[in-house]
Amino acid sequence: MTIGKILLKIARTGILSEPARATDAALRQVSGRLSDEVLRRLGRALAIRHVDAGSCNGCELEIHAMNSPYYNLEGLGIKFVASPRHADLLLVTGPVSRNMEEALRRTYDATPEPKLVVAIGDCGCDGGVFGESYASRGRVANVIPVDVAVPGCPPSPQAILQGILTAVAGIERSTA
Amino acid sequence: MMQPAFPGIPLAPLHGAVPAWRAEVDARQWRATCETAHSTGGRLGALWGSDERDRGRGLGVRALLVLHAGLVCLELHVPEASPAYPDVSDLFPCAGRMQRAAFDLTGIRAVTSNNHVPDPRRWLRHAAWSETEFPLRRDFAQASGAAVDNGYEFVRVEGEGVHEIPVGPVHAGTIEPGHFRFSIVGEKLLRLEERLGYKHKGIEKRFESMTLEEGARLAGRVSGDSTVAYAWAYAMALEALTGTRPTERALLIRSLLLERERVANHLGDLGYLGNDCALSFGFAQFWRLKEDVLRMNERMFTHRYLMDRIVPGGVDCDVDMEGAAALNGEALRLKDEVRGLRSIYYNHAGLQDRCITTGRLAPDTAARLGVVGLAARASGLAMDARAHPGFAPYDRLQPKVASHRNGDVAARIVVRFEEVFESLRLQRSIVRSLGEGALKVPLNPAPEGSFGLGWVEGWRGEVLVALEAGVAGRIRRCHPHDPSWQNWPALEHAVIGNIVPDFPLINKSFNLSYAGADL
Repeated sequence: MTIGKILLKIARTGILSEPARATDAALRQVSGRLSDEVLRRLGRALAIRHVDAGSCNGCELEIHAMNSPYYNLEGLGIKFVASPRHADLLLVTGPVSRNMEEALRRTYDATPEPKLVVAIGDCGCDGGVFGESYASRGRVANVIPVDVAVPGCPPSPQAILQGILTAVAGIERSTA
Repeated sequence: MMQPAFPGIPLAPLHGAVPAWRAEVDARQWRATCETAHSTGGRLGALWGSDERDRGRGLGVRALLVLHAGLVCLELHVPEASPAYPDVSDLFPCAGRMQRAAFDLTGIRAVTSNNHVPDPRRWLRHAAWSETEFPLRRDFAQASGAAVDNGYEFVRVEGEGVHEIPVGPVHAGTIEPGHFRFSIVGEKLLRLEERLGYKHKGIEKRFESMTLEEGARLAGRVSGDSTVAYAWAYAMALEALTGTRPTERALLIRSLLLERERVANHLGDLGYLGNDCALSFGFAQFWRLKEDVLRMNERMFTHRYLMDRIVPGGVDCDVDMEGAAALNGEALRLKDEVRGLRSIYYNHAGLQDRCITTGRLAPDTAARLGVVGLAARASGLAMDARAHPGFAPYDRLQPKVASHRNGDVAARIVVRFEEVFESLRLQRSIVRSLGEGALKVPLNPAPEGSFGLGWVEGWRGEVLVALEAGVAGRIRRCHPHDPSWQNWPALEHAVIGNIVPDFPLINKSFNLSYAGADL
């Protein structure tokens, strides 16, 4: 009975996935750090570890939303993993609170090379409304090296996805 | 509104959208008033410290009591040389962490009648500042950098076969950071102890560098998932202290935004709760519906989460005739869709098996712990600030309060479903009744020292904001309070006796904010 309803609902819903945005080289903070060959391999099956380093949790809402059927993450070869030791890319939100600084560093160190870091949101890019203070270290790049930074408060799932795809796009592909 | 009765305590009414009073008390009255409030069914809403030495008044501590009649803000001042005040955590267990946070930030300590500090461990202070520095004192500029993290004493559970699982601060999913220390035997949970504060980023200090109007943007980012509730509570507090009254139209639009925030969050949680029971179908369906709501928000209000749409004095968005029709149609479609999914959830044996009796928070435990919001309503406590005291425009909208007595994961699912339907009904009623009126009215001046309170029922529970004006339209002190302060300790109780693999499900069924309580 229930299984029938489920199957019917799935059939009626259909496939909702939308194409991802083209990459944007302007989001890149550094270039040429990893070779195109390495990026090509990472980009085909990308394992992402999310680290909330002190956000308001707004960016987390959009990272969750990115998992909705509209964005077809797994179809793009992207998977969120449970440990930094399994990850190719760290997706970092927040201004980095001083109470999370060490945890973020350790997570970065636990991620095997070659690795990429994408900073998410206005706070990740420049500290945002929280800035730097006795309790906040401000932008993510103040604590670990950042490859791509995606502004927005919060950035949309499309923008976050674009940032991730930009990080794994080789130089010739992102300018093409 | 009838004034609460506290013999010998001079209550001064605070004007604003919710019934509220303030009272300056001495240490004996502080304790006595809390005892009276406790014995007459009152709760502790919030507790925070402040530095009043620049006014020659030493250090201050405030307690916001939530009574049937409304809010009562108690204010106690103590000399800097002996900064102690009477502990109330025996009456209100949720005061424990608030008192520890107040000490970490202002250096004012709760002590029992025999001069004992109930829990001397730090809470928000990790290693960013030292134990002799207090960030919310006005002469604190930067931490000395001398702080060292010399460990944190978790309560140890001993016995044959007991072992600990430390988890976090970085968790395995897309979750905010915090540390959970599980003491277990086999797969059974004996005890959970939470260690939070990892996201502390100095929000209260930040407020003090802002003007009253600028503070609205920061208030909307205390806990992003409740940005509407915070922005409204902050605006309510600022409007109270300036004696400003938004138009009926602006208030109705605010309530529309608040209900949209409630629906979006409940849909997302219902999806994740299905997912945590291995029903990924539920996740895909509910997150499709949530995404539709967010896209409608973007289209109608130019922000997916409605950030900064509520501003002091009114709103920064509008709903025209065409928009009202679109919202009405969306509410009807959603009602049908969610009804269909509810029938699947309620008839899915696997899901019901995982959720019924899991993570049970009994009504008496919930009441004793002072649990609020959705979690309280799922444990038999039918409280909802929209219904009582019913701040405008809810006094006219008359929302129905959802409640359930079982207090388990299943009950929190049921309450979410019922609240989604009620929110959709309210949204349709709101868009029908939008009349004429300015979207935003100018704020009256804020006299130095004026004080206002905000109290809004967000999707998770009540959000409280206490705001005091400084010189030249600046913020002297702002304390935003998240319902998670009350509900985190309840999670420690709800998991007892459950198995470790059910923890993610139980945790998700509460879905508490780390950011909101870490400040």
